[in-house]
Amino acid sequence: MTQAQTMERPGQTVGGVEKVLEIEDLKTHFFTRDGVVRAVDGVSYHVLKGETLGVVGESGCGKSVTALSVLRLIAKPGRIVQGKIKISGRNLLELSEEEMRSIRGNDISMIFQEPMTSLNPVLTLGRQIAETIMLHQGLSKKDAWDKSVEMLKLVRIPEAERRVHEYPFQMSGGMRQRVMIAMALSCNPKVLLADEPTTALDVTIQAQILHLMLELKEKLGTAIVLITHDLGVVAETCQRIVVMYAGKKVEEATADELFERPLHPYTVGLMKSIPRLDRAATTEHPGRLMEIPGMVPSLKNMPPGCAFAPRCSFATERCRREVPAFEMKASGHYSACFNSDKVAEIYHG
Amino acid sequence: MTATTPAIIDIIEPPKPLSRIVYEFARRNPTVIFGSSLLLGMVIIAIFAPLFAPGDPLALAPARRLRPPQEAYWFGTDMFGRDVYTRTIYGARISLIVGISVSALSTIVGLFIGLLSGYVRIIDAIIMRIMDGLMAIPGILLAIAMMALTKASVENVIIAITIPEIPRVVRLVRGVVLQIREQPYIEAAQSIGTRFHRVLLKHILPNVMAPIIVQATYICAAAVLIEAGLSFLGAGTPPNIPSWGNIMAEGRTFFQIAFWIILFPGLFLSVTVLAINLLGDGLRDALDPRLARRM
Amino acid sequence: MAEASGAQGRTPLLEVKNLKKHFPIRKGILSRVSGHVYAVDGVSFQIGHGETLGLVGESGCGKSTVGKAVLKLIDPTAGEVYLKGKKISDLGQLEIRPYRRDMQVIFQDPYSSLNPRMSAGEIVGEPMYNYGLAFGKEKEEKTRQLFARVGLRAEHMLKYPHEFSGGQRQRLGIARALAVNPSLIIGDEPVSALDVSVQAQVINLMMDLQQEFKLSYLFVAHDLAVVEHISHRVAVMYLGKIVEMTDKRTLFTSPQHPYTEALLSAVPIPSPKMKRKRIILTGDVPSPIRPPPGCRFHTRCPYVMDHCKVAEPPMQEVEPGHLVACHLRQPGQALAAAAASNPALTAPAH
Repeated sequence: MTQAQTMERPGQTVGGVEKVLEIEDLKTHFFTRDGVVRAVDGVSYHVLKGETLGVVGESGCGKSVTALSVLRLIAKPGRIVQGKIKISGRNLLELSEEEMRSIRGNDISMIFQEPMTSLNPVLTLGRQIAETIMLHQGLSKKDAWDKSVEMLKLVRIPEAERRVHEYPFQMSGGMRQRVMIAMALSCNPKVLLADEPTTALDVTIQAQILHLMLELKEKLGTAIVLITHDLGVVAETCQRIVVMYAGKKVEEATADELFERPLHPYTVGLMKSIPRLDRAATTEHPGRLMEIPGMVPSLKNMPPGCAFAPRCSFATERCRREVPAFEMKASGHYSACFNSDKVAEIYHG
Repeated sequence: MTATTPAIIDIIEPPKPLSRIVYEFARRNPTVIFGSSLLLGMVIIAIFAPLFAPGDPLALAPARRLRPPQEAYWFGTDMFGRDVYTRTIYGARISLIVGISVSALSTIVGLFIGLLSGYVRIIDAIIMRIMDGLMAIPGILLAIAMMALTKASVENVIIAITIPEIPRVVRLVRGVVLQIREQPYIEAAQSIGTRFHRVLLKHILPNVMAPIIVQATYICAAAVLIEAGLSFLGAGTPPNIPSWGNIMAEGRTFFQIAFWIILFPGLFLSVTVLAINLLGDGLRDALDPRLARRM
Repeated sequence: MAEASGAQGRTPLLEVKNLKKHFPIRKGILSRVSGHVYAVDGVSFQIGHGETLGLVGESGCGKSTVGKAVLKLIDPTAGEVYLKGKKISDLGQLEIRPYRRDMQVIFQDPYSSLNPRMSAGEIVGEPMYNYGLAFGKEKEEKTRQLFARVGLRAEHMLKYPHEFSGGQRQRLGIARALAVNPSLIIGDEPVSALDVSVQAQVINLMMDLQQEFKLSYLFVAHDLAVVEHISHRVAVMYLGKIVEMTDKRTLFTSPQHPYTEALLSAVPIPSPKMKRKRIILTGDVPSPIRPPPGCRFHTRCPYVMDHCKVAEPPMQEVEPGHLVACHLRQPGQALAAAAASNPALTAPAH
């Protein structure tokens, strides 16, 4: 399964592979007393069947709000003001709340950073999974229960028959995240949205969970949108990566291409600002890390022009005036920067 | 490796003029403004009572007994011909003195005991048992007992109401202190060598103040009501000092023929309590936005 | 950057010997002690002048407790702590105060470690007041200098913590720690609450300050890449014990303990083309209330032997300055094992 040239042109299929989730020009704004917060401001991306898409960015870049928008779980004062969200061609934003409920959990599932908050503390695990299954698949109680045990086995929870009778607080963080994955996959969704699924976990447990997610993806053919701030995680798990900054998409490419030749200064900044374990062997004394000066601008009053310009070392007058278009710079490689050519040179120079 | 300081880019907002800050606060917290203006009105009435009501609140005029409200007597007269308006205006003094004294006294004493109890764990158990005992004493009984032992006076009323309020403040303060002492900034204060008393005064006390101020307003409102209740029962302010409770108590036998003796002091009492409660609610919302959202 | 580790003939700045902290678990109305959390169970290390020791491990391994016990923010159950040769572990809360001037701490959470009711200037000036180092105008001037040094503006002194971003708050925490000119700073996960791009700013600042003020750091963190970047030597903790300790280059190129090896291989590398052999450990970290007998890692160790389940491996120096607690590694054997697993390494690193 290779998706090397996945983004040739918009349409229902890319290279014969179906687009299961398609987000087009999504805008989700929060109307607060202090002004409008443009949390997501014109974001488009898609995921192909069986693909893992990484969405990378720092806190407040809009990556989680985009995922919540897909499930239409945006609470007041937030509102999806524009855009289309298509699951197999159906626009979710035109559905009734009733229809939407049958989509959630069935066609799209989501797992969150802190599994404890998304599990009901007073119900046994078996009951929680079985209820999801009964609701969406109309199985009998007995069958749903059997399926719960089967799902727990699938996510490799030891002694699943005994564990279904346990409560969430009796499990460790890693185990809870496995249960969340079991619940999310129990109705064979087309897309799994994973919002920082391993951020709260230790590295050795993170490795287990990521390994499990990829294995299940192969087995069940579910497409995964992996939302994270960790470049290491996306590099090891994703085929294609979207980089977001201040509510906008700034770069999109295949994983190999992005790490080989980043074309947006923000992506470069992210890559150079993290200490690299794989270079530990080659350097005795590491120098300074590259810094991205300043901080993420307030989404309430964004600078005119490129949102990254105030922190960017490549910024010119034009960057501060005009918003750069998100356009293809190389085959399958998109970026929103006027100076992509220079960025590519500097990164390797 | 060079030691350079990275440039910090941020947008410095120009300082806002004071009028702008006041305006924004008022727009966000209309209840605080409404409650505090009502209360301020009451305080002005109480302080300048002789200006609002030039007459003598104790002057008897048997010839003009039980007159209904009219131009000369706005709120009518009572069974001794005393002007209800004058008495009500002077009554505001007692209510506010009692309310403010009780809330101030119980807050100060309660804050002190609560801080120690919450921060010094060894004395906590003892203090809290004493507080439980105090809490069990009803204010009204205490007031009656004190009156029987000494004589009816405003001071006794204040003490009688204050004592059962103290444990409530202590519990609140202790709870907040227990929460704050677990905060990393307290640990940080210790690690930079801050002395015990300074940790208590500089780091814990200021963070306890917000809930305490809110609690003080509720105690004030409660004290005003309890004072009226005690006086109504004859266990409060002595009859020679007009208080809203006294006036209403005296007027209760004439309620069917002279409702105004009870209506006007009752109205003032309600407005005062409402004003204080509005102020308290508003302050709670303004000082603790998280709490406001939960309510 | 001088290699400060293993400086012979000099007293280390900080020496910790067999430090233990067991938290009692109380139950019932009589608060009877029904068990203990063995958070730190016999930890020993030294930190030289101007050196950074990284302390890594997963959550619940006791790494933060070590930092707090050294500072006596919590009382250690057993063990000794020496600061510049002076035993400080048995001092009372009042007697320890002068020594705290020499050891400062930077906390993980820049939000809750600053008093929300104090202005930034007051926060940074407070340590100077506490130790009587500067008052009034002089204190303000010194605060101003500290602000400038950590990259904050002088105007920021009048602001309150909630008006700062996470990175700026952490700078405030650093300025506060620097205010009394300490020799040792204990960083308790100082960058893990920060965004990636801001994290780099704070790491660079800490490294610059180390050069400038000849600081020593005990850098407690779970992020191996960050620890690798900032430390001279690294100690790996698992369930209350140090399992391996050596200079960072050796640790990251030829780890000797199976846990270190697994930990390193679990860190995702931001380079999709790099393919590595990954060791995925099974199971979870056991509870520190009932640590497993024998080697504490034996429940998850891929190389477990029967011996490991009963006998606790002693800490042994397999190479000069390289300590490992594993039955598989004996002095003399280490080099062979390392060479077998990593052909790139030909000589012991110094």
